[in-house]
Amino acid sequence: MTYIAKPKFQHPGIKKNTLGYSHRDYEGKISTLCAGCGHDSITASIIEACFELSIEPHRVAKISGIGCSSKTPDYFLGNSHGFNTVHGRMPSVLTGANLANRELIYLGVSGDGDSASIGFGQFAHAIRRGVNMAYIVENNGVYGLTKGQFSATADRGSKSKKGVTNTDNAIDLVGIALQLGATYVARSFSGDKKQLVPIIAGAIQHKGAAFIDVVSPCIAFNNHAGSTKSFDYVREHNDAVNRLDVLTGRDPIEIDQDPGTVQIVEQHDGSRLALRKIDADYDPHDRLGAMTFLQKHAAQGQIVTGLLYVDPEADDLHSHLNTVERPLNRLEAADLCPGQAALDKINASLR
Amino acid sequence: MSQQAPLSSVNDFVVRFANVNGSGSASANELFARAVLRHGVPVSPRNIFPSNIQGLPTWYEVRVTEAGYLGARGGGTDLMVAMNPQTWDKDVAGIVPGGYLFYDSTKPMPSTKFRDDITVIGVPLTAITNSTYSDPRQRQLFKNIIYLGALSALLDMDPKLIEQLIGEQYKGKEKLLSSNVHALHLGRDWALQNLKCPIGLRIRKADKVGDRIFIEGNNAAALGAVYGGATVCAWYPITPSSSLAEAFTSHCKKLRHDPETGQAKYAIVQAEDELASIGMVVGASWNGARAFTTTSGPGVSLMTEFIGLSYFAEIPAVIMNVQRAGPSTGMPTRTQQCDLIACAYASHGDTKHVLLFPEDPAEAFEFAAVAFDLAERLQTTIFLMLDLDIGMNQRLCRPLKWDDAKQYDRGKVMTAEMLEEGRDFGRYLDVDGDGIPFRTYPGTHPTEGSYFTRGTSRDRYARYSEEGAVYADNVQRLLRKFQTAQDMVPRPLQANAAKPTKYGVIYFGSTAPAMDEAIGLLESRGHHLDRLRIRAFPFHSSVASFIAEHDFVYVVEQNRDAQLRQLIVNENGIDPVRLVPILHYDGTPITARFIADQIGNHQDHIKVTPLRKAVS
Ligand SMILES: Cc1ncc(C[n+]2csc(CCOP(=O)(O)OP(=O)(O)O)c2C)c(N)n1
Ligand code: SF4
Repeated sequence: MTYIAKPKFQHPGIKKNTLGYSHRDYEGKISTLCAGCGHDSITASIIEACFELSIEPHRVAKISGIGCSSKTPDYFLGNSHGFNTVHGRMPSVLTGANLANRELIYLGVSGDGDSASIGFGQFAHAIRRGVNMAYIVENNGVYGLTKGQFSATADRGSKSKKGVTNTDNAIDLVGIALQLGATYVARSFSGDKKQLVPIIAGAIQHKGAAFIDVVSPCIAFNNHAGSTKSFDYVREHNDAVNRLDVLTGRDPIEIDQDPGTVQIVEQHDGSRLALRKIDADYDPHDRLGAMTFLQKHAAQGQIVTGLLYVDPEADDLHSHLNTVERPLNRLEAADLCPGQAALDKINASLR
Repeated sequence: MSQQAPLSSVNDFVVRFANVNGSGSASANELFARAVLRHGVPVSPRNIFPSNIQGLPTWYEVRVTEAGYLGARGGGTDLMVAMNPQTWDKDVAGIVPGGYLFYDSTKPMPSTKFRDDITVIGVPLTAITNSTYSDPRQRQLFKNIIYLGALSALLDMDPKLIEQLIGEQYKGKEKLLSSNVHALHLGRDWALQNLKCPIGLRIRKADKVGDRIFIEGNNAAALGAVYGGATVCAWYPITPSSSLAEAFTSHCKKLRHDPETGQAKYAIVQAEDELASIGMVVGASWNGARAFTTTSGPGVSLMTEFIGLSYFAEIPAVIMNVQRAGPSTGMPTRTQQCDLIACAYASHGDTKHVLLFPEDPAEAFEFAAVAFDLAERLQTTIFLMLDLDIGMNQRLCRPLKWDDAKQYDRGKVMTAEMLEEGRDFGRYLDVDGDGIPFRTYPGTHPTEGSYFTRGTSRDRYARYSEEGAVYADNVQRLLRKFQTAQDMVPRPLQANAAKPTKYGVIYFGSTAPAMDEAIGLLESRGHHLDRLRIRAFPFHSSVASFIAEHDFVYVVEQNRDAQLRQLIVNENGIDPVRLVPILHYDGTPITARFIADQIGNHQDHIKVTPLRKAVS
């Protein structure tokens, strides 16, 4: 690109990356999500990762489905093209976009409802094809945007805000991604920026299908019945106020955890997550080992976080299809059209 | 049954081959059709097959037509090549009085299995084959060539021309070539020695084919996609559209590899379903590549949510819909023109989509290529509306033509240079008053021209907004854009009757060849009609004027609910009484006889009781 970044007045002391960009160059619109939503913390980590990698923001295409999580691409990288597609179908749109121009960076953002229910098939197939992308699921176990129904990642036995007990088994997207041949698989927690930022940065740099499951608490709909801080409780005691306006803002949950330890994280609703950060000597190049590790700790009620698997030699869909280096969207008639002479031969063969 | 004089006709009859699916007869039958063509005599063949892979009946019908009528003739078979015991009774019953029955006479059959008003020709095919070949697969395959040889003698065909065709087919494969030619002569010689050759039906050399080519519509449309610059194809198998994507794949393999690196200048993905295939098309087009998918009715149903996104977010997409009989799974291997309403208004909310209606493979090629220009120019979904009858049958048509000077119309794309000049970029701004805004490709410029694409309402600068006025402004512009499309899509073609007439007929797509023939039949009954072939939706203004110029107009189509008529009434505010529906929807291709009978009867009726008597 011959274009230089816009000159913008900034405090001379502000931290800049090697492109001369500051954090602000990686920000987007102001978030309209509930204050304290885990998704906003993930947004902050994406901004941080892109800043640290000195990515030109406009070289990123950010594509999402539908849901609170899928709204977030509007809140980062304001100078890049975003695409809020249809519910659950981000992976196919991203695949098509990637085929059209292999030079951009593809960031897919989705929710657990989006990816584990309506879009489960598309999630699986994009991974299986090895599309070069960083696919992030902002996993809160519920449907946020449609107000609190269970998603397919909700644990069996967990209770919805309406007091309904989930009797279905949960889908573990990380386990499935490993099974489907993703070449970069990680799980993290929205509040653990220290862990999440490098994981996102690694996924962006990875050539191939990178999948990250990020546990991301929903402050609005994972609060249990009877809580005085619950949505219903507040509404019952405050008739005059609009539903969304009365959501109490909270500080996002943040943690700081050492490798190899288990940390109990209390969510807004008082429920607890046991996060196990993988050891420093964990071998992330062993797919089978990763799957066993994951299953073993799941049986103990622990959610393993960290980079679980990476294949540094991975290739992607373009290599499988042996497509030209030049982006397909830049090919013109001269490159693509075989011309009348070739057509004459075809005509002759059809007589 | 009384004795009937055997039919006698030169270069004008219908041969039907009844076979068992999977017996390898298709290539022999096609060879027959092509051999007739090499005699300079036009043919119009049709595949009639069940939705089954092996074992069930298939038929291949060849209409030999020196006059060049390319629609299905209808009205029974003149020469039945009955190779399938399963369908014997039906096949024998389908022969016209005086017609011929050709069968394998190796096993004796009771006389009740025949009719006495037809000529029965028995050739001991199995016996000849078994005495020559020991390998079971060879027996099966060469039996087909042997009956072809016998037919060539019975119909007085030039064996040299057939040998030549076999030679072209097995070029470089000497063994296959000579064994096929040998089988051909086995059958031919047996017939010449044992039967009275030729029969009353004969092929005589003529010069009526010219430089026309013989090609399936799906293959031609696939070539159109290559020439139109499509680089991304995402599809999901469904009859009768699969062969389109498969043909695109094989053309790309031959024509689209970089000679130096061997790398592909295209990407083809067999998606997991139709939701994904159209999603990939939308993603690729959003990112500036020319992309398309191929499908049929059920696939269109699944794609509708994305079609709405393409319409509202204004993203180009090309869908090649090879129609089959619906609703639901309908009759997967039978033809209809039944997806007009489903495609024209696909998706929820107020939507309208552009449809193109090619009449034959040559137009399928042209329209497929033009669909990509239109999709990018209009930034919306374009449907290429084929059907099984065009898509999966070989048709004679004019040679495919391409203007080498042609550049692709990439539509209104704002480049980095334009943004640098300080051009105001509003993704949904109607800068030219034609309803078509500018778009930018992702990655264009570091600070200018990026925007957020969504299926949710937004203002002219692509900012999310649910303001009523902002929404209305946007959807009004989309209507304006649809009006602009009227003058960009292929125009209707009008042909006037030899005599001035108060009556007209409107038709489209694969009905065209039958209509050309029907007009002649009607003229011979004294009915003269002006005709208008519609080639696209939205309808050009000439459709309304054509209707206004005639007392009433027949609308001929291949579906139950008169979908084209509905669209005309709905979109042009025409009084429905003025449009008389002529409908054919049993899954077989419409025939000239059907059209002429329906319109003729109606016309006769009008002459008896004029509709337009003054009542005052
Ligand atoms: C076809 C379709 N069905 C249903 C919906 C309604 N819908 C919108 S968002 C959503 C679920 C979102 O859940 P999730 O992906 O987990 O995201 P979250 O809001 O929790 O971040 C649903 C069901 C829709 N938009 N489209
Ligand atoms: S409803 Fe839940 S997921 Fe949605 S913004 Fe609020 S906290 Fe986040």
